[in-house]
Amino acid sequence: MTKTSAGKPFPWHILFFLGPGLLIYFSVSVYPLLDTLRLSFFHESSDGSLAFAGLANFTKLLFDVVWSEPFWNATWNNLVFFFIHMLVQNPIGLLLAVLLSSPKLRLSGTYRTLIFMPTMLSVVIIGFVWQLLLSPLWGITENFMWNLGLEDYFDAWLGKESSALVTLAFISVWQFVGIPMMLIYAALLSIPDELSDASVVDGANPWQAFFYIKLPLILPTIGMVSILTFVANFNAFELVYTIKGALAGPNYSTDIMGTLFYRTFFGFQLQEGSLTMGAAVATLMFLVILLGVALYLFFFQRRIKRFQL
Amino acid sequence: MKIRHDRAKALMVHAVLLTYTLIALFPIWVVIINAFKSRKAIFNDPLALPTADTFSIVGFEEVLLRSEFDVFFSNSMIVTLTSIFFVLLFGAMIAWALTEYKFKGNLLIAVLVAMGIMIPIRLGTVSILQLMSDLNLVNTLTALVLVYIAQGLPLAVYILSEFIRQIPKDLKEAARCDGVGEIKIFFAIIVPLIKPAMATVAVFTMIPIWNDLWFPLILAPSEGNQTITLGVQQFIGQFVTDWNSVLAALTLAILPILVLYLIFSRQLIRGLTSGAVK
Repeated sequence: MTKTSAGKPFPWHILFFLGPGLLIYFSVSVYPLLDTLRLSFFHESSDGSLAFAGLANFTKLLFDVVWSEPFWNATWNNLVFFFIHMLVQNPIGLLLAVLLSSPKLRLSGTYRTLIFMPTMLSVVIIGFVWQLLLSPLWGITENFMWNLGLEDYFDAWLGKESSALVTLAFISVWQFVGIPMMLIYAALLSIPDELSDASVVDGANPWQAFFYIKLPLILPTIGMVSILTFVANFNAFELVYTIKGALAGPNYSTDIMGTLFYRTFFGFQLQEGSLTMGAAVATLMFLVILLGVALYLFFFQRRIKRFQL
Repeated sequence: MKIRHDRAKALMVHAVLLTYTLIALFPIWVVIINAFKSRKAIFNDPLALPTADTFSIVGFEEVLLRSEFDVFFSNSMIVTLTSIFFVLLFGAMIAWALTEYKFKGNLLIAVLVAMGIMIPIRLGTVSILQLMSDLNLVNTLTALVLVYIAQGLPLAVYILSEFIRQIPKDLKEAARCDGVGEIKIFFAIIVPLIKPAMATVAVFTMIPIWNDLWFPLILAPSEGNQTITLGVQQFIGQFVTDWNSVLAALTLAILPILVLYLIFSRQLIRGLTSGAVK
């Protein structure tokens, strides 16, 4: 099996298999990420030369009001964005998955295919579609609410500082609910029928069968869905950029890490773009994502392993 | 009594699923039907289907006249297909080498590749842009292809490794006894066996590439090099008050994906639910 014990010729075939792919992966993914981390410790002078600046970029971002206010604003908004996904998207996904997995359900495949459809479309398309639907000019949503007798509650949600971020989060939830649905559905299917049948024989009602038998068994999947949601949310950019532009208005109320990173790197209006400050924002995003993944791996997965034993 | 109870339950389940299906489809449906209506009809009765009186394709004419939709479309096709080809080829090669051979650094490489599944390549954008400008690749489709290969490889290696591990040893050992070379074993025996897994990987790789806005915006934003997602974004930004054009542009961007999805949905859903990505 092992072709490379000592004394044998150099394993050219391994190089052949690994070479081309790893060359691209390391030079376009691993190296840029490490180089971005490196750049975050430098300062770029106006002539473009770089000088080592220690932690100056980070202290600026975290404590200097000009930088820290937008930074903490984007971080907070991103957390709100994430919590809405966790509280709305994943429970709805779970509910749909449970319903889809009910035994002998007709049209199950059709529902699945259709509910998953928005997930396939580009966030840019979805953003524009909802912008049109929610537009007071067109009035589709307004009419719809009028029919339900809720017309007093209609507002130009996307234009208001107080509601724009939440509205964007709900649009994103609407689009991506298919992912938790599919993954949890797959996990539910893999549970052997005997388990829940046995609990029913033992006198458990369907709710008990779900909460005590199925839910613990799909907990790893729910954990994975959560970490996927976390990474996707803290990396989001397109939806805000499409609907609100790079300025994430009104008054930065929809600014998240992705749009802040974009503006810091490329500049906007009066502020000039900065390579090194952009790298610093990316580095902090990297740390946030790393923290999330680490928490997931150390706490969630370990606990579940113990449970499965 | 029991049967009636079951029936009521089934009815409830259908009611909830049907409601959610309508919620999922309604926005897309409204956009598509209004793309085929005159401006007046779009505003007078947005929910009505186009009739002989209100039918109009002026929006589509405008879009095709004022933007290079065909160019955007072919750019997206070139970028997506080329990237998928190399992700599958290189991904299978790496997966094979990492699962089949024991060598120094095997584990390190496996870990570094696996990290790419969780850590978004976007975080390296600052240096990727520098790299591409050093290589004179800014505003080329090649830059996008390189980034998307790097982006797609980790998941491809992960899924394909799972499949390669399941291939029985006897097949490879028999070939080796016959003196067949390692490279030929891979292309003649392994690749045909993992084709179904490759199809799954292809679908998962394709969607984020086709839909991406970030890298086209940063690496290839100029006239003639836009992908369809960027092209639509720029076009709508420019003609935002021309409702016919906006609706038509959205419809043109939605329809190809919709058709492809309905053709390949079975493949995709089987991939998602088969445990390939757990």
